[in-house]
Amino acid sequence: MSLLKPIPPDRLLWEELLPGGRHWSGLMRRGTVLRLTDLRGGANVSALFYNHEEKLERYNMPDTLKSQHTAFLTAGHTLQSDMGRVLCSITACSVGWHDTWCGVADGAMTDARYGERRFQQHRNAMIRSGRDGLLIELAKWGLGARDLVPNVNFFSKVVPDADGVLSYVEGHSREGDAVDLRFEMNTLVVLSTAPHPLDTNPTWDPAGVKLSAWRADPVAADDLCRTSCAQNGRAFVNTERFYAGAAC
Amino acid sequence: MLIESPLDAKDAVLDEVCEAGAPWMATVKRGQTLRILDLEGNQAVDTLFYSAADPEERYSAADTIARNGRLYLSAGTKLYSSEGRVMLTIVADTCGQHDTLGGACSAESNTTRYALDKRPMHSCRDSFMYALCTCHDATSRRMSKRDIAPNINFFMNVPVSPEGHLSFADGISAPGKYVELKAEMDVVVLISNCPQLNNPCNAYNPTPVRLLVWD
Repeated sequence: MSLLKPIPPDRLLWEELLPGGRHWSGLMRRGTVLRLTDLRGGANVSALFYNHEEKLERYNMPDTLKSQHTAFLTAGHTLQSDMGRVLCSITACSVGWHDTWCGVADGAMTDARYGERRFQQHRNAMIRSGRDGLLIELAKWGLGARDLVPNVNFFSKVVPDADGVLSYVEGHSREGDAVDLRFEMNTLVVLSTAPHPLDTNPTWDPAGVKLSAWRADPVAADDLCRTSCAQNGRAFVNTERFYAGAAC
Repeated sequence: MLIESPLDAKDAVLDEVCEAGAPWMATVKRGQTLRILDLEGNQAVDTLFYSAADPEERYSAADTIARNGRLYLSAGTKLYSSEGRVMLTIVADTCGQHDTLGGACSAESNTTRYALDKRPMHSCRDSFMYALCTCHDATSRRMSKRDIAPNINFFMNVPVSPEGHLSFADGISAPGKYVELKAEMDVVVLISNCPQLNNPCNAYNPTPVRLLVWD
């Protein structure tokens, strides 16, 4: 089903389906991988990450982009916290570009674009914006709007022209496209599968994704992400220091 | 597009200089105009805005990029809050283009970007933390690190190619260049006048900036 290498059955921890337009949060421990698989094509997974032990430490878009000299995310990149550490590494990816500039749509944007669909009338076909989905999940961990920082939008691509004017790329992710996130820290992961805020489809029809958690190999000295640039090498040192002396 | 301001400094109700490496906070009321002036050229001014009524509503880089449909900030750009409301509009700009992808430097990111032993160097994050602890505009609102989100870097030039490459281009600012913003709601401004010495964002010479407010 996934375009990435099959997960060894003896490594698999759990799998769960996350339908389009819904939200999820959970803890991914250091040394595990979360694979996100686009089940239909055109998925968008808005994601935020927090150090589970100190939730003031969180995914930081500017530090992640500037230290790796990139404006987009793909295999070989790390997702860095604001404390110079690696929350997770993109160890494999069949998509080639994930957006991290455009944030999420809020309720007003979603209502204006797709029309309001409330639970009373629509039940499971209700519409909930990406921002609302993330806020609901954040609240379960004692977090809130102050913790909503620029997120990753996995499976989505937006490109600038020479003047910086943005265009959303339709059809960027296909059925079976997937991305592996190997966690280097015990991390709170918060997800929404609502459409990208610049998605050009006027109809609410978000794709579902599969979440697969599995056990990774220890990070080798010649690991793809550790060695992709010197900056990542130092970020891994910072991360290892955080856990220095711990049993896990 | 470059737009000059018709305002005269002698009419300003506030006119202060902020040294490099120092933070600055002030309240700018709806309808007032804030000018940030690059006195000596190519100085990065890391800037955040908060609703004066409730700092939980704050400048949102992602909302500003997505709602304007553009990566860079210049004259005419509306600065959006985390609630999707316009906080300020850039009404004048003699520099040309400003960044909101580059964020603030920190002791922690300096260890990854440059060297582990650069941690002790001064940084914007340290200035923000200092402001949180000592500036009345922050302490009276019990603001904390949770309130520090990715900022604007006025006078910084970080072009992104259509292939997604970031380049740390030569600065396009110069002595006397300024950006002017009209407040569309009462806002608290938090600035760190960047002390970064490890890259050319301040042309390796962090310098003071001048801040003016008009009614």
